Amino acid sequence: MTKQEILAEDLAIRSRFPLIAGHPEIAYLDNAATTQRPDTVLSAIEKFYREDNANPLRGLYALSQRATDAYENARENVRAFLNASSTEEIIFTRNASESLNLVAYSWCSAFLKAGDEILVTIMEHHSDMLPWRQAAERVGATLRFLECDDEGLITEEAFRAALTEKTRLVAMVQISNVLGVENDIRTFAAIAHAQGAVFVCDGAQSVPHIPVDVQALDVDFLAFSGHKMCGPMGIGVLYAKKQWLKKMPPFLYGGEMIEYVTREDATWAELPHKFEAGTVNASGAVGLSAAVDLYREIGFDTIVRREQRLGRLAFEVLSANEHIHIIGAKNADAHHGIFTFTLDGVHPHDIATILDGDNVYIRAGHHCAQPLMQFLQTPSTARVSLAFYNTEEEILRLGECLGQIRGKMGYGD
Amino acid sequence: METRSFYNQILTEHNLRPANKHPLEGANMELRGVNPSCGDNITLQLRVENGVVEDGAYVGDGCAISQASADIMLDLVIGRSVDEALHLSKLFLRMIKGKVTDEELEELEEAGALQDISHMPARVKCAVLGWHTLDTLLDPDAENED
Ligand SMILES: Cc1ncc(COP(=O)(O)O)c(C=O)c1O
Repeated sequence: MTKQEILAEDLAIRSRFPLIAGHPEIAYLDNAATTQRPDTVLSAIEKFYREDNANPLRGLYALSQRATDAYENARENVRAFLNASSTEEIIFTRNASESLNLVAYSWCSAFLKAGDEILVTIMEHHSDMLPWRQAAERVGATLRFLECDDEGLITEEAFRAALTEKTRLVAMVQISNVLGVENDIRTFAAIAHAQGAVFVCDGAQSVPHIPVDVQALDVDFLAFSGHKMCGPMGIGVLYAKKQWLKKMPPFLYGGEMIEYVTREDATWAELPHKFEAGTVNASGAVGLSAAVDLYREIGFDTIVRREQRLGRLAFEVLSANEHIHIIGAKNADAHHGIFTFTLDGVHPHDIATILDGDNVYIRAGHHCAQPLMQFLQTPSTARVSLAFYNTEEEILRLGECLGQIRGKMGYGD
Repeated sequence: METRSFYNQILTEHNLRPANKHPLEGANMELRGVNPSCGDNITLQLRVENGVVEDGAYVGDGCAISQASADIMLDLVIGRSVDEALHLSKLFLRMIKGKVTDEELEELEEAGALQDISHMPARVKCAVLGWHTLDTLLDPDAENED
């Protein structure tokens, strides 16, 4: 692409995001925490409340039916996006954390026994670690950790070696929110299945950045959040194989998730409603569906191409600063737009605060992955994370501002 | 947001060349303070005799704000009575909440350079870490506001 073509594409994409278009001074580089929302997501939410609002799945009148249709159409759209085989396998939750907790409570209460093992990797987000630890403690099972090498790689041999006869469940992030590396989920899921373990995939950072096909990956469960892929906050998804959902007990109890209740007994509602107790977040689902439409419209070819180009530039810019040390892979493309780094002599919180003064927004801290940070012996780091709407200009600006930080902190180099 | 105003020379100087960051020989009081949210930590050591802070030092890890603030604090309180030190720590905590008079600000000397952090809620905890630790060490029974 020529420079002109890139700039035209930047403009076309960025004009869709009101906060970005309205604030050209901001370089928003904290997309792994949450993304910005396009106009179509905002208007879809508003349209739901203006035109289709009633309690979905409940009322016996036309408006409630419209609300139900809006909600269920969103489910179908998400199903297609993930290539799941049925909408019964798509459960709406609040976020990836809730999706993972649902499995940790429900699946584990039915299938995890004392003495069993759960295997997670050292690079899991707390949301894909603490629910398993709690589940293991509840029944007297053991949580085991699989380590990666310093580039974040988990090899097939290492994975095989970590599985035991007792491993009932494996939970693994597809793209790490700290290292940006992608785990080979398809291979690991197949190995886990051959050992009789179920496979849970944390897709919070992968679904927004690479095409994810749950049937091709053949995972049993996959969790992600709408807000990290331009959808609204407060809506997330759990994909789960129907064979498991049928056997799992409900997670939360209340309205909408029952077929029939007597004083002593209840028959659970059909899938997926059995796992969606209470009034659902219909406007959130509708907003997420609009985000899915945007992804489809722009296309993963374009998204991946843009994020790869920006990622290579970011890697180059950060590497060019002799005081900056990127954590993880030495190859830009392996980072999927996530660059966690340290800067000699300057604490990450100071980096983020100083960049804030330059309207460059990045994350600092432990990124909700403390065991990984301990393993890497870097208690606190700064992180830049990209989305397809970022631009080369923003990354060059980041590089320039980072280049000035040591001077601002009183170093005379 | 103006960040330069609090990454000023006083702060960067105390961060890069802290006079009081070392283990203290002969300390008779010690307390560790930690910000669980960000991991910043300091261990404050004092030698208090006859109601006077005769000497003090700290060791720790964390951002420039937490470390420089502790260093500035020690410059201010070493040689003062315990009561004066407690008075100053209360003043500092009040300054960070944006509630001090100009005269009170004078009393805080170099610590006044951290005043603007009151506009950055996310960093307030960093600035007060040393002072809270001092306050708790010298007056363990007092109710900590906040
Ligand atoms: C890899 C990963 N898993 C899970 C989560 C949790 O997402 P949420 O906070 O939306 O539940 C995050 C978000 O920070 C993440 O990056």
